[in-house]
Amino acid sequence: MKFLRHFAARIVGHALRIFARAITAVRADWQGIEPVPRQRVYFANHTSNGDMPMIWAALPSALRREVRPVAAADYWLKNKLRAFVGPEVFNCVLVDRRPEVKDKPMDKIIAALDEGSSLIIFPEGNRNMTDELLLPFKAGLYNMGVARPDVDLVPTWIANLNTIMPKGEIIPLPLICTVTFGAPIHVKEGETKDEFLARASTALAELAPETKS
Amino acid sequence: MSSTTVDILLLAFGSFGILIALTFLGEVLRARQEPGTQNPVLETYMTRIQSWWGMVAFVGTALLVGKLGVMVLFAFCSFAALREFLTLTTKAQADHISLALAFFVVLPLQYLFVGMGWTGMYTVFIPVYAFLLLPIVSALRGNAEKFLIRVAETQWGLMIAVFCVSHVPALINLTITENSDRAVLMIAFLVMVVQFGDLLEYFFGRRIGRNKIAPGLSPKTWEGVICGVLCAMVIGSLLSWITPFDVFGAAALAGASCLVGMLGSLVFAAIKRDRGVKDWSHLIPGQGGFVDQLDSVIFAAPIFYHLVRFFYG
Repeated sequence: MKFLRHFAARIVGHALRIFARAITAVRADWQGIEPVPRQRVYFANHTSNGDMPMIWAALPSALRREVRPVAAADYWLKNKLRAFVGPEVFNCVLVDRRPEVKDKPMDKIIAALDEGSSLIIFPEGNRNMTDELLLPFKAGLYNMGVARPDVDLVPTWIANLNTIMPKGEIIPLPLICTVTFGAPIHVKEGETKDEFLARASTALAELAPETKS
Repeated sequence: MSSTTVDILLLAFGSFGILIALTFLGEVLRARQEPGTQNPVLETYMTRIQSWWGMVAFVGTALLVGKLGVMVLFAFCSFAALREFLTLTTKAQADHISLALAFFVVLPLQYLFVGMGWTGMYTVFIPVYAFLLLPIVSALRGNAEKFLIRVAETQWGLMIAVFCVSHVPALINLTITENSDRAVLMIAFLVMVVQFGDLLEYFFGRRIGRNKIAPGLSPKTWEGVICGVLCAMVIGSLLSWITPFDVFGAAALAGASCLVGMLGSLVFAAIKRDRGVKDWSHLIPGQGGFVDQLDSVIFAAPIFYHLVRFFYG
């Protein structure tokens, strides 16, 4: 049974990847790093529910096997289908965002890093529905950088996805999506949390394609 | 085998012969390089030749399969071209439904009409029905910001990527001789004269080009375009045996299609320059996107279609 579930998860994963590629012709643009297996935390802008699958589909298979998206437990455990897709297909690290829970998200994230996995995180915490390029980052990225300073923190810009699948629409538009990976950053010695988060946010925003008037 | 099949195979083998010669030339140049060095011009050339192998194989197979093959191939090209075009246009969330309709309803219907041979429908479907109905769908969402720009750019995308491209397979519907299955060879004729004309225009432009047609927009020169068009006319007359036209008719049609195609690619250069991109996408290695590859065929197809219909129909 366990084998069957695992097999089904692989098949669904391939199907989702092919679907994402067929619709958006998603392309990875490796500006600041090479697509080689190294332990990394990909931190990305978040405008659509399609963001995480899109980064996942853009990664080459050797990297995709090692990557675990950090996602909200309340979203991915809502029903049986999501509970299959989130934890099993995408191999998500599920974190509980409610403050009253004892199970601290950062412990789970650090545990996943110590297992050798790479991570995908959305440091804005929520989908950005504003006209601003990015929302202020939450502290998680800084805490990871301090706890595991060897891990590369890679800014990852997902272009166009808010037009492909805006909130409230059902049909995705087949427009071209590009995922740009920038140069990795690390927490510098003596850098405060706010300084680091501002620097990370700038590094990510610089990858955004120039907005046309 | 029917005479049409034989002619398609002859054309395919002829094209493969040219490609083998070009590949061989590239490999010889590669072998003559200093070990360990790479010439970027040569590498681009080789990537392009590789893409050309794929394209000849795809178009050849589609022509051999016949009507259905041609419909499927060009419907896919339209989809890829529309995707590249609408990625760069102005749009708002209010256009979401009308854009989805453009991709998933207008495009398949246009190819259905072409496939059914409903001339009266496929010549007006996008210029009339899509033109009037899609802006209504956008207007219903009540967002007026940049409205005219949004609907105009969407309509332009549909005209270019769906209406114009669909006029290549629509050539099948033109019955000029009694033997109607030979109409598929007009597709081979159009694609070959336009693409070879482009290639030779590039070659002569590099060699003897002096006066730019549109400086700041494209490196195309008058000398290159004139030589390219003349070469296309020669190629057209040499290919007249696959068409229902006589030698002079074939040369004139080849020249006209090629000229419109070359000047059409200036239009695409202007759009790309305005949007700040070098290529429409990355999908065809060495060439850029589908629109980059098809640009001159897109402009030439409807003109060729209507000239043939007017003079021979």
